[in-house]
Amino acid sequence: MSRPFLLTGGRLVDPSQELDGPGDVLVRDGRIEACGDGITGPEEAEVVDVGGLVVAPGFIDVHVHLREPGGEHKETIESGARAAAAGGFTTVWTMPNTDPPIDDPAAVGYVRAAGEKAEGARVFPIGAASCGLAGERMTEVGQLVAAGAVAVSDDGCPIWDADLLRRLLEYTQTFGIPVLQHAEDTALSRRGVMNEGKVATALGLRGCPNVAEAAMVARDCYVAELTGGHLHVCHVSTREAVEQIRRAKDRGARVTAEVTPHHLALTEEAVRGYRTEAKMNPPLRTEEDREAVTQALVDGTIDVIATDHAPHHYEEKEREFDDAPFGVVGLETALGVAMRELVEPGRLTLSGLVDRLSCAAARTMGLESGTLRPGSPADIVVFDPEERWMVEPSSFLSRGRNTPFSGVEMIGRVRHTWVGGRLRYRLAREGQARSGALAAARSEPMKGEVFSR
Amino acid sequence: MSVSREGSTSAARANGGSGGLGLGKDLTGLESLTGAQIEAILDTAEPFKEISERRIKKVPVLRGKTIVNLFFEPSTRTRISFEFAEKRLSADTVYIGASGSSVQKGESLVDTARNLEAMRIDMVVIRHGSSGAAAFLADRIPSNVVNAGDGQHEHPTQGLLDLLTIRDRFGSLVGRRVCIVGDILHSRVARSNIWGLLACGAEVAVCGPKTLIPLGIEELGVTVLSRVEEAIEWADVLYVLRLQLERMSAGFIPSLREYNRVFGVSRARLERAPREVVVLHPGPMNRGVEIDSDVADGPWSLILPQVTNGVAVRMAVLYLLAGGSPELAEAAKEGA
Repeated sequence: MSRPFLLTGGRLVDPSQELDGPGDVLVRDGRIEACGDGITGPEEAEVVDVGGLVVAPGFIDVHVHLREPGGEHKETIESGARAAAAGGFTTVWTMPNTDPPIDDPAAVGYVRAAGEKAEGARVFPIGAASCGLAGERMTEVGQLVAAGAVAVSDDGCPIWDADLLRRLLEYTQTFGIPVLQHAEDTALSRRGVMNEGKVATALGLRGCPNVAEAAMVARDCYVAELTGGHLHVCHVSTREAVEQIRRAKDRGARVTAEVTPHHLALTEEAVRGYRTEAKMNPPLRTEEDREAVTQALVDGTIDVIATDHAPHHYEEKEREFDDAPFGVVGLETALGVAMRELVEPGRLTLSGLVDRLSCAAARTMGLESGTLRPGSPADIVVFDPEERWMVEPSSFLSRGRNTPFSGVEMIGRVRHTWVGGRLRYRLAREGQARSGALAAARSEPMKGEVFSR
Repeated sequence: MSVSREGSTSAARANGGSGGLGLGKDLTGLESLTGAQIEAILDTAEPFKEISERRIKKVPVLRGKTIVNLFFEPSTRTRISFEFAEKRLSADTVYIGASGSSVQKGESLVDTARNLEAMRIDMVVIRHGSSGAAAFLADRIPSNVVNAGDGQHEHPTQGLLDLLTIRDRFGSLVGRRVCIVGDILHSRVARSNIWGLLACGAEVAVCGPKTLIPLGIEELGVTVLSRVEEAIEWADVLYVLRLQLERMSAGFIPSLREYNRVFGVSRARLERAPREVVVLHPGPMNRGVEIDSDVADGPWSLILPQVTNGVAVRMAVLYLLAGGSPELAEAAKEGA
């Protein structure tokens, strides 16, 4: 039994309880025991002063790639889970496109077990939707779920066979899990490496048009409507796809959607100079698209922010643009980018942001976390909403350094992350005394019990 | 770890740049150049033209310089043209092709670059199948880098020799109407010509099947014409691009025969032009596909003068990047 602790003096932001104001949180035995104003803990409780900081339900990311098994030079479940905790995430869902892919119960069990050992965020595996991600035969969904899978997806490889998608959306209803779809008509995207348009034309790079995403989303939404199954549209990047999702929701289809921080913050202009750290799929689009996905997140058409955290080894990105792999890391910059793009300009309140980073995922995916309600798991993030800091990839806990935000100023910084009442991350600082310079901040993972005696 | 961008800037300073023209260390494209810079390069090419007309075609301008011609894609015309330019300026040159080199053994571009650099070279001329490869190399080595064609991005010396050829014919590029005909989507030659011509005050249009016209091309400042007849009516210069034969198998056009019927530049079509039209082509030609032999060999054609100008333009570029100034080109070539 660990010692109970009381977070005191903070600003509680928990949209699941419509809370935004001063208050305290008492944690005991890995669960939240009390939450609200003027709580007094038992005498033995450790008191943690979080004055001036925001206390919120830990963030939930339903779309990350932790590369294990097979891609351990890019990331491991351990490094990824810690990077997640450093970004304020207490739960991450890992995509199954590893080598080998997570398409059988043993593989699901492996990811689960490695996640439990990792001492970072909770790691939940997403099982493959089709065997070998080949898009032909459905996996043993029931057994994947029994082994711990929380969803199925062929992410990276779109499920192109509409009838397979239909069967998946029907079959998964028995288990109450969503099908996550990377929506891309690969015939239309023609092996494009960036958005089709004036920048691709000037750079001489193959372009992928908006319609490659939108046409697939339109089809998928109709299939979802037919079946009543839960379709989750990954990383929406185009205004046209937003229209399709909005219409499907209006018609009552069980469709949810996510957007990445990079699609909220950047446009195709970031690719100029052949910057492979701005190469991802779907690609960065135009300003109109960026505005449309932002608005969709604000009005709820897009439900959640998900990072599509996709670490790569530096030498894989250090090459010709055509040959560099798709993907950027996102776990450790998600809060800073989202604060900068959404809260600072007044598009979302702080409470709205916590909803999109945490509560909405819990609500749409049926998770127990994503709330500070008494009785819930003590998955808690504490962050400074004012602090401005510069992204320095070499200080990431992720093995991936491939971020388009290197050297960019972020707003809002994670200070503590607790997962099930255990401290999994604390921002450590050093150098404050040194020559009176600005504090050089350093991230440091924490092991074991909170404030163990 | 990558060589930092600061590193490459200081390398540019160390290598002197280009005698007041401000070209910087490298020539990776024409997009970033001003009209004045381009005109100055063309002016510098003028005195170099004469060297190739001499009985002894050699001047000591680049004596002691080592130039690597790094050709990841096959090339005949561009490679030979660069080699002549280098040799006539007395540089020491080596040629590296993709086949039979470390590239075929899987060496990455950045490793190839570092190894070349370790042999203390002065310049690299690079041809590569990936857009951005020349800039990638230029950012990572202190040597001067000349782009001899990168993917579908740019082919700046081709653009410059085309501009020189048009300027020779008309005296000036200002207000000249140039229509580029053919596969604009996959053409680095088209892009370099568009940037160069626009910077020098010409009007530019493109014409071809819509499957081969890239989206957003108008935003570069060009007009799109849908029929070759319109192009001939409008233009002073028709720039006919080579149609890569594999475009047909990739489904961009139904057949070569149909392409010739609809977009081919033929004598019959040119004879209906309202004014004098000249025809350029970057080579190698597919006679009977994008251009008919009557045209290629006829009075409209500036195709061989383009080839001749190629050597002079490349001499000028190498001379300027090595630190020469446009005003001193005449004196430099006499070994002063």
